[in-house]
Amino acid sequence: MNRINQKLQENKKLLSIYFTAGYPSINDTVSIIQKLEKNGVDMIEIGLPFSDPLADGPTIQTSSTQALKNGMTSEILFDQLKDIRQSVTIPLIIMGYFNPMFQYGVEAFCKKCQEIGIDGLIIPDLPVDVYHEKYQAIFEKYGLINVFLITPQTSDERIRYIDSISDGFIYMVSSASTTGAKVGFGEEQTQYFERIGSMNLKNPQIVGFGISNNQTFTQATQYAKGAIIGSAFLKHVTNQGVNSIDKFVKSILN
Amino acid sequence: MKNYNVNEKGYYGEFGGAYIPEMLYPNVEELRQNYLKVMAEPEFKKEFDQLLKDYVGRPSPLYFAKRLSEKYNTKIYLKREDLNHTGAHKINNTIGQILMAKRLGKHRIIAETGAGQHGVATATVCALMGLECIVYMGEIDIKRQAPNVARMKMLGATVIPALSGSRTLKDATNEAIRDWINNPVNTHYIIGSAIGPHPYPDMVTKFQSVISEEIKWQLKEHEGRENPDYVVACIGGGSNAAGTYYHYLHEDDVNIIAVEAAGLGVDSGESAATSVLGKEGIIHGCKTLLMQTNDGQITEPYSISAGLDYPGVGPMHAHLCKTGRAEFMAITDDDAMTSGLELCKLEGIIPAIESSHALAIFEHKTFEPDDVIVMSLSGRGDKDLNTYINYFNL
Repeated sequence: MNRINQKLQENKKLLSIYFTAGYPSINDTVSIIQKLEKNGVDMIEIGLPFSDPLADGPTIQTSSTQALKNGMTSEILFDQLKDIRQSVTIPLIIMGYFNPMFQYGVEAFCKKCQEIGIDGLIIPDLPVDVYHEKYQAIFEKYGLINVFLITPQTSDERIRYIDSISDGFIYMVSSASTTGAKVGFGEEQTQYFERIGSMNLKNPQIVGFGISNNQTFTQATQYAKGAIIGSAFLKHVTNQGVNSIDKFVKSILN
Repeated sequence: MKNYNVNEKGYYGEFGGAYIPEMLYPNVEELRQNYLKVMAEPEFKKEFDQLLKDYVGRPSPLYFAKRLSEKYNTKIYLKREDLNHTGAHKINNTIGQILMAKRLGKHRIIAETGAGQHGVATATVCALMGLECIVYMGEIDIKRQAPNVARMKMLGATVIPALSGSRTLKDATNEAIRDWINNPVNTHYIIGSAIGPHPYPDMVTKFQSVISEEIKWQLKEHEGRENPDYVVACIGGGSNAAGTYYHYLHEDDVNIIAVEAAGLGVDSGESAATSVLGKEGIIHGCKTLLMQTNDGQITEPYSISAGLDYPGVGPMHAHLCKTGRAEFMAITDDDAMTSGLELCKLEGIIPAIESSHALAIFEHKTFEPDDVIVMSLSGRGDKDLNTYINYFNL
């Protein structure tokens, strides 16, 4: 069974952390992953940096630009991760925009992911229909879960469709926004979380966007199996360095 | 016969589609479901045509450039989009899209702009309709194009600098898309070129197609035939080109020439010749040809002309290139500037530097004396005076 599905069966709320590979410096990738696991993070999204991250706010944009300046590429990331399964057991997901994967070759990219022990991909600008028509068979051949996003504006009908072709979990974007744009949840969000909860989807949901601390993590996971933190984590790393990752994770989980 | 129009799935051959984050799906889907229906409404058409006539000043003349024709020993007609209100073809599209936005109940308008022409055209129609207007413009372009920034402000628009990436058109487009993600309900995004996720390339092309619609009957008056031997236009994203070609795409006797900006030279590393330097990929929501690294990072193009300084090309044009339907030529900064000045002297018309690229093909390609060539003069050169002044030490 895919590590993501195994993890989702655990009787706990899951904390997933996103970071941009190649940031703050190009060789931080492996040590960030190891530190996150050691401090109790359940799942990691490794961000493959892109020059034009449309769905991201300033924090992830800046980290992506810096990572690219540092020289990060798909090939270098794969090389850094080649022995990662010797030291890390939690699910690892690569999150990135479609063009770099398309240039690498979708099949070659997926094959490489399988060799390394990547469990899934999140590709915000690969539309559901194109995935279903052209790439689903390739992802499945290499044992990769492709995670789809839903937002407060996604219709029930479309959520059902996305649920039907999803595996693992559904990435529930908390508000109509880019990453890092809004912090915390209001009534609109809780109504949306409740609406999704009442749909009895076959895949569990993990909330992303707007989670930055213990309070928002607790709030989000009242309604969902877990939550993803990205921008707040990157801000912490920017301000306090890679060596204080333990402090950040503890502040969320305690 | 080959189809050069968009198919029902939003593709031109293998190019096009809607490669957008799920956050944008409802906005784009709403537009996709409605745009053809709205455009077919008699009331919509009437309002669109009326505004093009009374406000934009259409039809724009099809002018036989006698002295230019004599110099190159062929017959050259200029489609005078430079005479439109606001000085370029851009207004055809913004009039159409503002009416579309109103039909869809949107009251907040966003746009991206490079040189500022599309920003000015958008600010203009927003003033006309009394709608809120926000224009994203790269911080570097804001400095380079101060007069257009002032125009937009005078017209009531808010100009927001794009501070990310290279702080030019590509980044302004990213910022506009991010704004749309953050404002999914009340906002319409007026894309300025024939790019973006389906249905934008098709919608923009259809609004711009008034250009070739007019050329047909105007050329008939001049030459007794609707079809020229060549239609020529410059291409950045490709909206004036799309409008100039549209009614000729399936006319086999009409040759299509697309003129890209070679910058300092196609192989110089400072160029915007996407058809030569680009590879298939995804930019701003569509699959098309774009300039990128081997690793799939989008690169910065270069051209002296801000309107052609874009790393991609509309998916329709990518298809025209790949199928060989259009001949692509690349013109350097120097050749464009020289030809721009030549048009001033020969015809008394100061062209936009974008359009000057198209004019420069006559130095590189020989036509028959009885060939009829229709070239889109997409904009006037007022906005480029500073560049002309600096280049020629005027």
